[in-house]
Amino acid sequence: MVKKTIHEINGRIRDGSVNVVTAEEMVHIVGELGAEDAAKEVDVVTTGTFGAMCSSGVWLNFGHSEPPIKMQKVFLNDVEAYTGVAAVDAFIGATQLSESLGMEYGGAHVIEDLIRGKSVHLHATSHGTDCYPRKVLDTTLSLEDMNQAIMMNPRNAYQKYNAATNGTKNTIHTYMGSLLPSFGNVTYSGAGVLSPLSNDPDYMTIGTGTRIFLGGAQGYIVGQGTQHSSGGGFGTLMVQGDLKHMSPDYIRAANFTGYGTSLYVGMGVPIPILNEQIAQATAVTDAGVTTKILDYGIPSRDRAAVRDVTYEELRSGSVDINGRDVPTSSLSSFKKSRIIASELKDWISKGEFFVSMPVERLPKDISAKPMKQTEGIALVSDIMAVNVVTISKDASVYDAAKTIMETAFNHLPVVSADNALVGVVTAWDISKAVSQNKFDLVEDIMTRKVITASADERVAVVARRMDQDSVSAMPVINKERHIIGMITSDDISKLYARRS
Amino acid sequence: MKIKINISSDILTKPIMAESILETGVLLNISQAHFDRSQGEVVADVDEDKFDLMCKSLTNKGARVTKLNTPIKWDENECVECSACISVCPTKVFSLDDDFSLVVDESKCIQCGTCVDMCPHNALSLGKNNR
Repeated sequence: MVKKTIHEINGRIRDGSVNVVTAEEMVHIVGELGAEDAAKEVDVVTTGTFGAMCSSGVWLNFGHSEPPIKMQKVFLNDVEAYTGVAAVDAFIGATQLSESLGMEYGGAHVIEDLIRGKSVHLHATSHGTDCYPRKVLDTTLSLEDMNQAIMMNPRNAYQKYNAATNGTKNTIHTYMGSLLPSFGNVTYSGAGVLSPLSNDPDYMTIGTGTRIFLGGAQGYIVGQGTQHSSGGGFGTLMVQGDLKHMSPDYIRAANFTGYGTSLYVGMGVPIPILNEQIAQATAVTDAGVTTKILDYGIPSRDRAAVRDVTYEELRSGSVDINGRDVPTSSLSSFKKSRIIASELKDWISKGEFFVSMPVERLPKDISAKPMKQTEGIALVSDIMAVNVVTISKDASVYDAAKTIMETAFNHLPVVSADNALVGVVTAWDISKAVSQNKFDLVEDIMTRKVITASADERVAVVARRMDQDSVSAMPVINKERHIIGMITSDDISKLYARRS
Repeated sequence: MKIKINISSDILTKPIMAESILETGVLLNISQAHFDRSQGEVVADVDEDKFDLMCKSLTNKGARVTKLNTPIKWDENECVECSACISVCPTKVFSLDDDFSLVVDESKCIQCGTCVDMCPHNALSLGKNNR
């Protein structure tokens, strides 16, 4: 039984005799020596990760103006920061978007600009009080003008993360990047073998107070991150560090097309090897970290898992989905993760960084709950019209016009002989045909690519599809493509009008 | 060199590429083709010294020919080498080497622009092509 203390290890860091290795190197050491001898040999294992961590931001204290102001709305380079605390404190969040530039520029960019030494424009407004009379303020500030700039990330360094793919027929844009149609690619995030929490999945050394590498500076773990879900292996960390000491090498703003901005954060956690159990845990490999590939084409909380996968398979460049080789690529940088793990190793070897024991360990075996929703979720079946008038594809344009006039339905689903949906014809299509002097069959003037809905879909999801495809009505069909109803934008606006 | 041939809907059904190949004797190596009701778009390789000949023949038949001579531009300072671009590129322009550095083989680029949308750090861009 090997038993070491933090005190002993810090003594070795102080006198320069400490043995530090990265989590990648530890795999081989445990492989050769076994966990017990590896625990005797190695004092600290360093980890590293560099990926998009949306849940990031910075607390800023601007100092008081003359006359003073109690800031109620604050904008930094036109990006709103949260100010519902005290007079001149604000939290700038990474994913908050610019009021004028939209998805091009966000809180993440403000944070990177500040680290790069650039000045940002501060605009603040207030209602004015006896103690804080000022109502409007405009000034330009750089990082050194602020009293504090404390990075605070409520949910970072996921233990592992779901990989993403897309089973729909269109490219979709997500925070996991562009996902090509029909399972065209897979994207993933996380450092696998180097991932901080995957190297200490029982949180033996990681918890409140653990000193870490954050953005190129020393930072600390505050405690469990929000949505910490340790039961399923999805632990997260809340961390903090001093932005004034951080480097743009490790904090980088990002844009995801169609999603918005995010912040790439570099983080490294040292794991003191106190016993062979901890040594064994740090020997985890890419093959030892399993996650799921989810279909992000399903716009729901409950996305279908396409399959289980290890980080080793993901990193190989392709994975098998339904017998096809699908290319994979990472959104986080493994190269940077390696650089972080070695930089942290360097700091410790040179006696510049000391390890710490947590004052409180992270909670184990808890799981994040989905949202409790007190208002019922409206389904298509709740609001669709069930009396649907259809027309045969062999009917004449004249018949279609007559049917539309008689029933006052603007959209006529077109059906084949066996009653399956084959198209849709609208009053507009008929007007167009008539204006061109075309009096053919319905089949010749109908739209063949029909946007449809199914009865068990959520109305909010269907409404988004209507908006994206610029249609105002959709036939509701079953698996046999038989029409069982019709849902229109009118039905949806009535539903929401009732609620407010 | 890579070229892009655009064919408008009115001549879409005519075998103009085959005619041009027979007429000029110049070989085209087609690497991507996309046709829909409104137009056709073909990306092909052609010998540099035969380009003028082929371009003239295709243009005479109503096609539009563009030289794909400004491939994807990679800004190494913006890039964090995450590798997001790899999985969306249809022609494998991007890869990672043994130490996980990004390798960009511009000669394979057909300038579809998919990677530009994918890159989270705006490190990839496409310039303008010359007619």
